[in-house]
Amino acid sequence: MQCAQIQINHHYVGLWTGHDFHPQFPSFATCSKELKECSGHVFVDSVPEFCLPETELIDLSTVDVILISNYHCMMALPYITEHTGFTGTVYATEPTVQIGRLLMEELVNFIERVPKAQSASLWKNKDIQRLLPSPLKDAVEVSTWRRCYTMQEVNSALSKIQLVGYSQKIELFGAVQVTPLSSGYALGSSNWIIQSHYEKVSYVSGSSLLTTHPQPMDQASLKNSDVLVLTGLTQIPTANPDGMVGEFCSNLALTVRNGGNVLVPCYPSGVIYDLLECLYQYIDSAGLSNIPFYFISPVANSSLEFSQIFAEWLCHNKQTKVYLPEPPFPHAELIQTNKLRHYPSIHGDFSNDFRQPCVVFTGHPSLRFGDVVHFMELWGKSSLNTVIFTEPDFSYLEALAPYQPLAMKCIYCPIDTRLNFIQVSKLLKEVQPLHVVCPEQYTQPPPAQSHRMDLMIDCQPPAMSYRRAEVLALPFKRLFEKIEIMPELADSLVPMEIKPGISLATVSAVLHTKDNKHVLQPPPRPAPPTSGKKRKRASEDIPDCKVLKPLLSGSIPVEQFVQTLEKHGFSDVKVEDTAKGHIVLLQEAETLIQIEEDSTHIICDNDEMLRVRLRDLVLKFLQKF
Amino acid sequence: MQGTAKALPGAAHGPKVRARRESGLSIPTLWVTAAWRPRKERGSQPGTPGSEGGSGALSGKSFNSSRKGVPGGTGLGSRTQGGWGPGPGRVLLQVQAPGRGRGPRAGPAWEPGLRPLHPPALGSHARPLGYAQAPPRQIRLRSVPPPPARVYLPCRRRRSRRCWTRRPAPSHRPAARDWLSAVQSEGPERGRAFPAGAPEAGAPGCACAVRAAGLVPAELRSWAVVGQAWSVGSGSAAATGWGAACRMPEIRVTPLGAGQDVGRSCILVSIGGKNVMLDCGMHMGFNDDRRFPDFSYITRNGRLTDFLDCVIISHFHLDHCGALPYFSEMVGYDGPIYMTHPTQAICPILLEDYRKIAVDKKGEANFFTSQMIKDCMKKVVAVHLHQTVQVDDELEIKAYYAGHVLGAAMFQIKVGSESVVYTGDYNMTPDRHLGAAWIDKCRPNLLITESTYATTIRDSKRCRERDFLKKVHETVERGGKVLIPVFALGRAQELCILLETFWERVNLKAPIYFSTGLTEKANHYYKLFITWTNQKIRKTFVQRNMFEFKHIKAFDRAFADNPGPMVVFATPGMLHAGQSLQIFRKWAGNEKNMVIMPGYCVQGTVGHKILSGQRKLEMEGRQVLEVKMQVEYMSFSAHADAKGIMQLVGQAEPESVLLVHGEAKKMEFLKQKIEQEFRVNCYMPANGETVTLPTSPSIPVGISLGLLKREMAQGLLPSAKKPRLLHGTLIMKDSSFQLVSSEQALKELGLAEHQLRFTCRVHLHDSRKEQETAARVYSHLKSVLKDHCVQHLPDGSVTVESILIQAAAHSEDPGTKVLLVSWTYQDEELGSYLTSLLKKGLPQAPS
Repeated sequence: MQCAQIQINHHYVGLWTGHDFHPQFPSFATCSKELKECSGHVFVDSVPEFCLPETELIDLSTVDVILISNYHCMMALPYITEHTGFTGTVYATEPTVQIGRLLMEELVNFIERVPKAQSASLWKNKDIQRLLPSPLKDAVEVSTWRRCYTMQEVNSALSKIQLVGYSQKIELFGAVQVTPLSSGYALGSSNWIIQSHYEKVSYVSGSSLLTTHPQPMDQASLKNSDVLVLTGLTQIPTANPDGMVGEFCSNLALTVRNGGNVLVPCYPSGVIYDLLECLYQYIDSAGLSNIPFYFISPVANSSLEFSQIFAEWLCHNKQTKVYLPEPPFPHAELIQTNKLRHYPSIHGDFSNDFRQPCVVFTGHPSLRFGDVVHFMELWGKSSLNTVIFTEPDFSYLEALAPYQPLAMKCIYCPIDTRLNFIQVSKLLKEVQPLHVVCPEQYTQPPPAQSHRMDLMIDCQPPAMSYRRAEVLALPFKRLFEKIEIMPELADSLVPMEIKPGISLATVSAVLHTKDNKHVLQPPPRPAPPTSGKKRKRASEDIPDCKVLKPLLSGSIPVEQFVQTLEKHGFSDVKVEDTAKGHIVLLQEAETLIQIEEDSTHIICDNDEMLRVRLRDLVLKFLQKF
Repeated sequence: MQGTAKALPGAAHGPKVRARRESGLSIPTLWVTAAWRPRKERGSQPGTPGSEGGSGALSGKSFNSSRKGVPGGTGLGSRTQGGWGPGPGRVLLQVQAPGRGRGPRAGPAWEPGLRPLHPPALGSHARPLGYAQAPPRQIRLRSVPPPPARVYLPCRRRRSRRCWTRRPAPSHRPAARDWLSAVQSEGPERGRAFPAGAPEAGAPGCACAVRAAGLVPAELRSWAVVGQAWSVGSGSAAATGWGAACRMPEIRVTPLGAGQDVGRSCILVSIGGKNVMLDCGMHMGFNDDRRFPDFSYITRNGRLTDFLDCVIISHFHLDHCGALPYFSEMVGYDGPIYMTHPTQAICPILLEDYRKIAVDKKGEANFFTSQMIKDCMKKVVAVHLHQTVQVDDELEIKAYYAGHVLGAAMFQIKVGSESVVYTGDYNMTPDRHLGAAWIDKCRPNLLITESTYATTIRDSKRCRERDFLKKVHETVERGGKVLIPVFALGRAQELCILLETFWERVNLKAPIYFSTGLTEKANHYYKLFITWTNQKIRKTFVQRNMFEFKHIKAFDRAFADNPGPMVVFATPGMLHAGQSLQIFRKWAGNEKNMVIMPGYCVQGTVGHKILSGQRKLEMEGRQVLEVKMQVEYMSFSAHADAKGIMQLVGQAEPESVLLVHGEAKKMEFLKQKIEQEFRVNCYMPANGETVTLPTSPSIPVGISLGLLKREMAQGLLPSAKKPRLLHGTLIMKDSSFQLVSSEQALKELGLAEHQLRFTCRVHLHDSRKEQETAARVYSHLKSVLKDHCVQHLPDGSVTVESILIQAAAHSEDPGTKVLLVSWTYQDEELGSYLTSLLKKGLPQAPS
C-alpha cells in the first residue's frame, strides 16, 4: 500500500511527468450509532469509506500523466480524474482497464446494494479520535476519507485512459518517453520505463518472477537504469505462494469431505484464475467432482469471459493453447461441465441452484461488504465450515473481528506472487541500476520480525528510501541534452583533428526549439543587398557583437612565424626576447607583436589592411574552437 | 543514356564521377555493383577465383583490407554468388577518387589503383563535410532491360552493408519462367570478376545511378557515421577511424511481387543498411514457378538469412503469406519472421489447407510439407499492436491496426530517424466484424500502401452486402438452396455475421449450415481474438459473442438432400474439391438454387469455369454436369478505397508514397491524385524495379546542458528577422558527438586558450588634455553606440563592451593625441568598427 510518485522535473518548461499511484486501500469502518463494540473491539458504523493516496502534497491539476501499473492500482482513479482538476492523460494497458473496470464495478455494486443513510463523521474529530482505542486512533488522514464513487464517475474516469501495449514507446511532450513492460504479476500489469535521451528511470511495481498466468516479467528492458524505483513487493514475504496453493487445496478438500462448506473471499479477477486452474487439476484426484463451485460476483461472468480473450497478455503456455484454438484458461471447461457456476449475486438463480456442501468464491475480501457477508453469517456458526483467506491485502484477524465469536474454521493462505526480498536481490543483480529508490519500510526488517535481516532490501549502493509525504530528489546529473544537426549544417562543418581520434568542429547555427526538440539549422545567408542605398547603409551599421568569434588555442613558434612574415613581404623583422616570450618588431610598419605562450598581442597603427594581414598570419598557427 | 545524365548532376556536388561507355580504356576504372552483400563476413567463403577481391571489397570489413589486397585498379566486380555484376550492356562507371588531400587521415580505401582524373579541388580539411550531396530525389528506374550498373559505396558499419542487385526487370512482367531463364542466361557474368581497366562496353539506354559518397575524402565521410552513430553505438567509428566509415542515407524498395499487380505480395526494403522483406505471398493465378516470388533475386547461392534482417507478414491471406514455408524451409531462411498473434495462429491453418489442395488434390510434387509449415512457424515472433520490437540494436518495427482481416497489421520499419510504413492490406471503414485501420502521424520517409481499390471512390461494400443479402433472401424465399463456397477463415466469418444478423432481423427460418469442423474451429479463433475485432463486438461480447452463431449450425452430408430452402457455407472456396464440390454437384441441376462465389477463383477450378460462363462441366468419369443453378460472383475483400487511401496518407504524413498491390492503370490515377493533393512524390514500381529514395536524416548529437540553457535563457524563439546564432564546438570522439561551449571544449581537451589581442593607435588632432579627449571620445561613442555598454572608467579610459580605449599624448606632436584601442580577437568586428569610427575624428566640441 505504498503511494509512489516519480517526478522528473524537466529542465526547461518545468514539465512534471510520470506519476504512478497506488490507492490506499479502503480502510474500513463498520458497526453503533457511530461506534460499536464487538468482542472487545471498537468499530465505526458507517458507509465504508476509502482512504485516498496523498493528494495534499501536489496539485493534481499540474500532473500531466498518470501511469497505471496494474488493475489493483487504479481503484482511486475516479477520485483523481473527477474531482481534483486533473486534466492530464492516464496510460494503462487494455487488460488493466477492462479488469480494473470490473473491480470498480463490483465495488460500486456492493456498496450501492446496502445504502446507508449517513456516514459517520463525529469520530473523525481529532479530540474524539484521540480517545478511541487502536486501530481507530492510529488511522491517518481520516478527514480525507471518502465515500465510494459512482458508476458514472468510473465510466468518466476510464474514458480518460489511453490504451497502450507492452514495449510501446509513448512520447510525452517531446522530452520524455514512457514504455510499459510486462511485470508478470497480473493480466496486463506493467512496470514503466520513463526516459529522456540521457536518463532512464524504471518504475517497478507489483512484479512477479513466478510463472502464473500473465506474461513473464520483462527484465532485460530494465537494464541500464539510472534510477530504479521499487515498490509493490509482496506483503507476506515469509509465505511461499506455491505452498499456500497446496495448503489451500488440501484444506478445501478436507472441509468438503467432512460435509462442510468452504468460503473463499476474493477479488473477481487475478489469483482466482490460478486457484480455479489448480482446482481443475485437483478436484478429480481429490474426489471433489460432485462438489459445486460457485463464483458469485456482479462481474463474475465478465471476469471469466475477459480472462479468455487476452491471449496476447498471457504466458507462453496459454498463448499456444489459443493457437489450437482452445480457451487459454481451463475454467471454460469447468463452466461447460457445470462444475463451476457463476452468479451475479446470491439472489435470483443462485438460490434455486444452491446446494451444500459447496465452495463459494465471492467478495469482498475485506468481509465488510458484498455477498461474502451473507455467507459469513450463514456459515459462521458451524465448525464444519471453513473460510480460507487468499488475498494478502487485508489482515484476516481484522477482517474477522466483527464476526467474533466465530465457530467456523479460518485458514490463512495468503497468495501473493509479487517479488519477495530474495527475488528482489536477484533482480537487482540482473538489472544493475545505478540507484535504487524504495519506500522506507523495505529498507528495514518488518517491526514484528526485527531479527529477520533477510526481510529487507540489500543492495549496493544502499537504496534511497522515502516516506509518506516526503519529497526525494533523484540523483541525476544531467549534463547533456539531445540536439539534432540538420544535414545542410553538417555539410558546412569543418572538422579538425586535435588529438588522435578526437576531432573538433566549430558550430555556428541557429537554434530552433519546438515541442522540446532542439534542432540546429544553418545560419541564414546574409540577404543580398537589394539596392545600392541599402548597401551603403549596411556597411555603416554598427556590427552586431553577437557574431561570436571562436576561441583560439595553441602557441606560435616564433621562428616559423618570422619566416612566414618574411615570406609575406615583411622585411626588417626584428625579434627580441623577453622574460615570457618574444617581441617581433616590424619597424617599417611601426608594428609590434608580442608573442607569449598563450597570448599574442598585435600593436599597430590604425591600418586595417595591415592588421587583418597580420591577424590571418597569426591565426594560421592557432586552432579555433 | 538519360539515366547517366540524371545521375551526374547529383554526383557533381560530391566527388567527380564519370560514366564512360567505351571499353578498353587505360584509365583505371572502378566497377561497382549493386549486389546484395551478405551480412556476415564472407572472406572465408570460397569464391570463384578472381572474383573474391571484387566482392570482398564490397563487404564492409574486407573493405579495408582491400586497400592492400586488391591489386591496382581492381574495381569491384560482381559478387561471386549470384549478385549482379556489370555485364555486357551495362554502363561502365568510372569513378575518380578525389584524392586524399592533406587531411590528417588516410584516404579512402578506394584509392589504390585509382588515379585521379582531375586534381582534387580542395584539401580534405578545407572541404565542407557532410553527406555527399544527395542526388535529387528521383526514382531511378530502368526502362530497358540490361540492368544498370550502380555505384554503391563502401559502408563501414558493424556489419557489411547489403544491397540487392538489380536484376533485369521484365518490361511487361513476363512470365516468371521467361524471367528466370533470362536471368539464367546472364548467369555466367554474374560470377565473373571484372579485371581492372578492362571495362566492357555498355549499351546505350541504361540508367545509372551513381552514389559517390564513398569517394569523398576521409573526413567528409565521418559524417555519414554521425548520422548513424546514434544507433550504431560505440565501437564502429572508433575501431577503424573515420576513413572507413560511410553510409549513404537512402531507402530502396524493390517489389518482388505485388508491383503493379495483385497477388504474391513480396517487397524488399533496404533502409539504413538493413534489409527487410515485407510479406511473402503466393500468386493465386499461377500454378507454376510464378506463384512464388523469385527469391533468387535476393541471392542466388547465398543464404537468405545473411541478406535479410527480418521478414514481416502483414496478415494471413495466402497472397501475403503463402510462400512463407517455401521461402524459409525450401529456399532457406532462419532469421526472424514477425507477425501478429492472430496471424500466427491462423496462418499455419491456411497454409496447411493450401498445401493439401496442391499436394493431395492436385498431386503436386516438390511442395512444402506439413512439417515445413510447422518448422517455419517456429521462426515466427509474435508482435502486439503498437509494441516497438527491437529486431536488433538499430532496426525497430511497430505494428498498427489495419482492419483488413483478423490480425491484419500495418508495420512501421525504423532505423535511426529513417522510417518506412508498409500498410499490407487495410480498410479505413469499420465493417461488420473489424475496426478501421489507424496510424499516428508518424511522418515516415516512405509509405508503401496497397491500392487495390485505387479508383473506387465511394464505399461500395454496403451495396455489395445489400446485394448479397437480397440474392440469398430471394432464393430462400422461393424455396431454393444457396451454396456459398468459402475458405475456412476470413470472409466466411464476415458472411456468417452478415447472414446471422439478417436472419435475426428478418426473422427467417431457413437453416444455415457450416460445412466442416474447421470452420467451427475458425470461429473459435475469432472468439479468442475478440480484442482484434471492432468496438461493437468487443463491447458486447460478454453478453453475446458475435461469433457464437445462433442460426448457423454444423452441416451433415445428409442435409444436402433435405427438401426446402437452406444456405450452406462449404469449403473449399474455389469448388475444386471436397464438400463444396459435392454439394454443388447435387444442386447444380435445379434452377431455383444459387451458388455465390465470394472470392477469387483460380483458373482450372470448377469455380473459375462457372464464373466464366461455362454451363456444361465435364466431371471425372466423363460425366457432364449441366449447371442450371444461378451463379453469382461477389467480392467481399475489405480494402481501403481511394478515399481511404488518401485518408491514410493524410494520417501518416509521409514524405513520399509508393503504391503496390493494385493494377497499373488504377495506380496511375491514384498516383496523380496523391501527388496533387499532398505534393509528395509517388512511385509505382513494377516487379523487379527498384525505387531509390535518398534521405537526409539530421544528425543527433549531445549538447551540453550548460550551453543549451545559456542559449535558451536568451529567449526561446529567435526572431525571424534577426536569428541569433548558437556557437559551440562539436567534439567528435570515438562514436560520441558532443556539442559544448568553446570554453568547455578547451577545458575538456586540456588546452589553454590563446589570447589574441590587437591594439591600434588612432591619431587624433586634439590639443586638449588626454582626460578631455577621453571624455569627448566617451560622449561621442555614447551617442553613436546606443545599443552598447559604453563606460568611462575612473582611470580615464573608456570601454565599449570589453574594448578598451585610452588616450595618450603624442610623443612628438602636442597637438595630436593617440588613442589606443585595444580588443581581443573575439571582439574583432566591434574593435575594427571603433577604430574606423574614431579615425573619422570626433565631432566638434560644443564649446
